[in-house]
Amino acid sequence: MTSNTVSVSFHGWLGRFELNAQFEVPARGVTALFGPSGCGKTAVMRCIAGLNRLNGGFCAVAGDVWQDEKHFRPVHQRPIGYVFQEASLFPHLSVRSNLMYGHPSKTAPGAIAFEEVVALLGIDKLLERSPRNLSGGERQRVAIGRALLTQPKLLLMDEPLSALDQMTKDEILPYLERLHGALELPILYISHDMAEVQRLADQLVLMRDGRVLAAGSLVDLQADLSLPLALSRDAAVSLDAMVVAQDATDGLATLEVVGGRFFVPAEPLQPGESRRLRVLADDVSLAREQPSRSTIVNVLPARILSIRSQADHRVTALLGLGQDGAGARLLSRVTERSWNELDLKPGLDVYAQVKGVALVRREEPSA
Amino acid sequence: MRRVSNHEATEFVSGSFICDCPAWRGSVGVIRVLRAMNLSSDIWQPIRLTLQLASLTTIILMLVGTPIAWWLARSKRWWKEAVAAFVAIPLVLPPTVLGFYLLVALGPSGPGGFLAALWGARTLAFTFPGLVIGSVLFSMPFVVQPIRNAFEAMGDRPMEAAATLRASPRRAFWTVAVPLASPGFLTGSILGFAHTVGEFGVVLMIGGNIPGRTQVLSVAIYDYVETSQWTEASVLALGMVVFSFCVILTMMLIEKKVARFAS
Repeated sequence: MTSNTVSVSFHGWLGRFELNAQFEVPARGVTALFGPSGCGKTAVMRCIAGLNRLNGGFCAVAGDVWQDEKHFRPVHQRPIGYVFQEASLFPHLSVRSNLMYGHPSKTAPGAIAFEEVVALLGIDKLLERSPRNLSGGERQRVAIGRALLTQPKLLLMDEPLSALDQMTKDEILPYLERLHGALELPILYISHDMAEVQRLADQLVLMRDGRVLAAGSLVDLQADLSLPLALSRDAAVSLDAMVVAQDATDGLATLEVVGGRFFVPAEPLQPGESRRLRVLADDVSLAREQPSRSTIVNVLPARILSIRSQADHRVTALLGLGQDGAGARLLSRVTERSWNELDLKPGLDVYAQVKGVALVRREEPSA
Repeated sequence: MRRVSNHEATEFVSGSFICDCPAWRGSVGVIRVLRAMNLSSDIWQPIRLTLQLASLTTIILMLVGTPIAWWLARSKRWWKEAVAAFVAIPLVLPPTVLGFYLLVALGPSGPGGFLAALWGARTLAFTFPGLVIGSVLFSMPFVVQPIRNAFEAMGDRPMEAAATLRASPRRAFWTVAVPLASPGFLTGSILGFAHTVGEFGVVLMIGGNIPGRTQVLSVAIYDYVETSQWTEASVLALGMVVFSFCVILTMMLIEKKVARFAS
């Protein structure tokens, strides 16, 4: 069995908490474990690492079985990198010694090199210092570097940014994005912050009360009306787009997604670049005819695919871009009254007016 | 040579400690004064024996106490506190009680006698090995408790982090737990050493008072007083005061340093 997936199944009690989690996601890119606090994200990650042991559990990464009915591989024999919520550096060692603690003495060709990690995380000036004298952001970067240098096959990150203030978060996020781009390393990333997830994740595992609600690609799960994600206050879709043009006079970049084009104000982008767009459901309104004069630059033909009414008298609609609705998915949230006044229903062709498009910074793998 | 009165002797000794700032000059001065006092030459015997006993006891306690402290700090068994209480009994038990049981245990009809028979002796009581066994049991809580506290203060996280960095439990223990708990080890060894130097009741019960073999400092002072050798008694007593002061001061400095270390 050499399936290139992360496949886990854990059932049982951890103290007073019942875990009933099972999912399988591709072992590539960033997989976000997402859910409210206390839903068992950390428990799942600790079970994968072997820090917690649930008998009868199953865990296999890229065809390598770490735990099944009979076997339980101890933590120190699993090829993981683990970044805790708090950096958890060794205070009695220098930054350099911390980084080298788990670095194998002999590395295979193509291994993650010390210099590479130091440059990637921008920690070259900290090497001889003590972790005690580092800022929160610096500590967390060293912790990430320390985990990477163990040459992991799976990087586990348990809310590495949650203990940090917004400024420090913004300082670290680019490093994480770079990491994603520069290394062919699957990452499992815990977060309860949707903005963070939208920026980093490729796949999503949605959790609640110790159970997995759904697992799949971020784009698919965001557009699934049966999941709580699409009904949440900040419901949004992520769209993978390609830059096709950049207008130097008014600063609008043209980005193409399947079935449509968006105009986005942006710093100069190179045509051919891949970017991720985020469109909030609240920012998409619907019209039956193409509006003739409007300040909204992004008006795209789309088809209503399905709808879901909410308790607060609003309707969330799933749209498919393009005349036949076969393109990328969008969510639109409108009031029940306007829904009824316009006599909207699934199957209808409409115009989606997109008030706001966020460019989620993202560097694609160079390879 | 003339005999120095007790009063003069204490003056001399304390004076040399306060006036001569460099430590070596101070100690040279003390030795000169002690020589000049023409003390009975066997005053060094209990001092040497005490230092030997305390050193050996401390080393054994480090070897035995560390795994016990580790287990007490890490185990999740409900009965571990019972074990902790058992280890801590000497804290509250009258030394004579411990001494009494040890006497029975070390004697010819106890396990100590069986052990002693291995090298042809009759008993472990009234012997140096017997004293070591007694001291180890008596000073155990003073070593185990600080080390256990240090291991507990460390929390689970450093060991977990080490494990995720491929460190085997053994490597994690030596490279993470021991360095992080080093203040506890230092405190434990100082307390264990000092407490062994100061024990009296247990020694009297199981060691007796055999000069050169089991007569340690505290017993020697008692003995000097009994035989009205006041000079010897007061020199030893003052030495103990200075020693105790140094121990407590060192402990306080360590704690202060640790507090700064942790912040």
